[in-house]
Formats: sequence, C-alpha cells, structure tokens
Amino acid sequence: MIAATQPRQFILMLEKVNKTFEGFKAISNLTFYMDTGELRTIIGPNGAGKSTMMDIITGRTKPDSGKVEFGADTDLTKLNEPAINRLGIGRKFQTPSVYIDHTVFENIWLSLQGRRGVWSSLFSRVTPERRDRIYEILKTVALDSRADTKAGALSHGQKQWLEIGMLLAQNPKLLLVDEPAAGMTDEETHKTGELLLSLEGKHSIVVIEHDMTFVRQIARKVTVLHQGTVLCEGTVDQVQDDERVKEVYLGRKKKS
Amino acid sequence: MLTLSNISVSYDGSLILRDVSLEVPANSLVCLMGRNGVGKTTTLKSIMGMAKTDAGSVKLGDADLSSMRPDERARSGLGYVPQGRDIFPHLTVWENLKVSLVVHGAKQKGPLERVLELFPVLKEMLQRKGGVLSGGQQQQLAIARALLTDPKILILDEPTEGIQPNIIDLIGDTLVKIKKEGKISILLVEQYLDFCLGVGDRFYIMDRGAIVAQGPIAELNDEIVKKHLTV
Repeated sequence: MIAATQPRQFILMLEKVNKTFEGFKAISNLTFYMDTGELRTIIGPNGAGKSTMMDIITGRTKPDSGKVEFGADTDLTKLNEPAINRLGIGRKFQTPSVYIDHTVFENIWLSLQGRRGVWSSLFSRVTPERRDRIYEILKTVALDSRADTKAGALSHGQKQWLEIGMLLAQNPKLLLVDEPAAGMTDEETHKTGELLLSLEGKHSIVVIEHDMTFVRQIARKVTVLHQGTVLCEGTVDQVQDDERVKEVYLGRKKKS
Repeated sequence: MLTLSNISVSYDGSLILRDVSLEVPANSLVCLMGRNGVGKTTTLKSIMGMAKTDAGSVKLGDADLSSMRPDERARSGLGYVPQGRDIFPHLTVWENLKVSLVVHGAKQKGPLERVLELFPVLKEMLQRKGGVLSGGQQQQLAIARALLTDPKILILDEPTEGIQPNIIDLIGDTLVKIKKEGKISILLVEQYLDFCLGVGDRFYIMDRGAIVAQGPIAELNDEIVKKHLTV
C-alpha cells in the first residue's frame, strides 16, 4: 500500500504563465509557488514583470496562457478583480491611498465595513466588538495613539501603515504590497519591516521592493524576476552570489 | 562646471531626493549610478527644472539656474537626452535635428555637419521618420539633437538601455570623443557598470535618494558595487 502523502499547501501557484502586450512579452513562462503563511520578497530590475505579475494575480490583467491558482483549487484566471478581492487577496499600491478627511479610526472602520452595502456603512453603529477590532489593527500598525487624527495629517510613512491596516481590516489571506518603503525615512522604513515581519504566518505576504537595506531586513525567501520570468530564488545571500543576478543588475549585455 | 548643492525633492511627503550634492567638473565625464528607483532620473529632472525641488541649488559655472524654467536652462547650456530618448517619431531625422537648430537660433551649417560626422548613420537616414529608426539609431539622433543646442553639459539618461552591444560601443566612443574635444562635459546616468568603467572619469552612486559613494572611476571597487549596485 502506498502511504498517502499530504500535498504541500500552496496559497498561490502560477504555472507557465505568459502575457504579451503589443508584441512585448511582459510575462514569459512564469512559474511561481508560495506556501501558506510565507513572507516572500520579489525583486528585479525595471520591466522585469513585477507589476504585471501582480496584475495577473489580482485579475486586473488576464494571462494569455498558463495556470493561476489560489489556495487549494481556485482558478483565478476565471474571476474578475472584485471577486478575487473578495476571496481574500488584498493589494497595496506604492502610493498611499487613504481617506484624508476622515480620522485614522474611521479609515479602518470604513474598511471593516467594506463588504457591506452603502446603506449599512452609512448608518451602522460602531459596536464594542468592532471598536476592539479596530484598535487591535491600529496597535498592529502602530497608529493607536493617532486614532482621532485626520489621515491627511499623517506622515507619508504613517499613511502607508494606515493603508496596510485598512487591508488587514479585510482580513486577507494573501497580501500583495508594492514598494512599501519607498520615500520613507530610515526609521519609518525599519518600522515597516518590523510590521511586515509581525504579520508573517498570520497572512501570506508578497512584498515587491527595490530598497535592498529593507529587503535584507525582511527577506526570507527572495524571488528575482527578470524579463518576465523567475531568474532565481533563495535567501538574500544566495541571490546575491548568483552570477546571473549580478549580470542583470550591472546591466551586462551578452556580446553577440 | 555644473554644481548641484543640497537638492531635496519630495512628493506628497514621500522623500525622493535627500540632500543631493554633486559636481560635474570641466572636461569630465561623470557617471551617476544606482539601482532602480533610487532617484537618478529625478536628479536629472531637478537639474533641468522638471522636478520641483524643496531645497538646494543648481549652478552652471557661476550662473544660478535654480529659479529658471526648463527651456531657459536648456538655452543656458544644458543638453538633456531623457530616458526613452523622446525623439519626434513623426518628424524626419532632418526635422528632428532642425528643431534644435531653430530653438537655438543657429544659422550656420558647421554644427550640423559636425554631428553628422559623429553619427554617420544619421546622414543616410535624414529623410526617414524618426519613429522607424532602430533604438540605437534613435539614441544617436537624440544625442545629436542635444548637441545641436550647443550645450556646455550633455546630460544622458541610460543611453545604453535596450541597445545592441556594437552600438553601445559606438556611443561610448563618441561620448569620450566629445568630451576630449574639451568644450562639453558629460553627466551620464547609467546602470551598465562596464560601460561606466569604460567611459567615465568620476562616479557618484545613489541609494534611497541620497549620494552614498563617489570618487574617481578607478576607485569604484567590488565592495561598493556589491553594496550599492548588485542586490
């Protein structure tokens, strides 16, 4: 008798994905697996396909071919953007997008309310349970002392944390975060790293990042994308020592 | 020659450039290097007056350009070849070149003959539309166009990007030649390390919006490369 082995539980799986825009191959035979609860960092030069990859996962762009699966067996290529978001895939773009005329508390509250209709969002009360949940999230993103501050008055870094809090309010299974440390002060950058590390395990997280100091702080497994496909994967040290990665980053061309 | 002092740029509270100072001495080719998104292009744009600066100054010789518009800076002697080249695709090569001559008010034929001598391929292509040229030809056209504005400083943003190796060599040789003629200094933003090592006199490296290393190109060692250029 053959022992039944438990297959590894991937939160996200892309297999042989391709996407061409007007003759430009943005994604080329891309295969990518990610474990549940993993914190994964994706790096790569401009035009490596990082954003297109995120667009494909979130349903903003449909691949020309290939498999894109979420959890055990959900085919993401069949779903539109809102449906994919409702499955529990949250995306944070590079620039902060918060409601600047609402308080920090209200921003999180509105995100908790996110799945309800307009009517209940407008008129529902903040129950004690919800209040606790909101403060729990605010503590996680280190903004509990700023609950009554208008979001517009926050620093750039704090706005980024608030938006991460707003995503957390939707309790996502998979979080996609694009260059969270861009434009932050050194101290804010470090705190952002600590925040993401604190979320590891509770959520599966993909971070796209250029800032290598920040990458070294948060990196577990690093994926290097280049020309729309995975160039290599491993620890920071492993990818750092990879000759192909060096060539790509130093712009070395192959002499023809 | 060109001096940037303590330039800071931010956008919506997000810090893009942090106290950037750099200098392009006369008769030199200076390479500004760094990974993606560290502020190289924004530095060039703040030189050209195309990025709003919070603080700092840009000087060309003794002239303070800081409060000038981009076109005034161009007329003062800054020739800028942006990333992606921005040639006019529906104008012919000749018309693309003429735009510079018109802007600068130059009537004489000498400068035109000189750039066609530097980039002979353009001479064969004068009647073609800019848009049908190859990437390498477009890059040469963009550099030629900038030279026709009679700049004191030629500023180039990633001229080797997406260009085949033999054309890269040609562009490198031409830049060195232009510099050696002694009238034009060059500021080059580039990620292609070997190209910089081949043509550059001095380097600056940026990381997170700040200058983190600088010196003669011979001092660009493996340790600096590993820390700030590779991952």
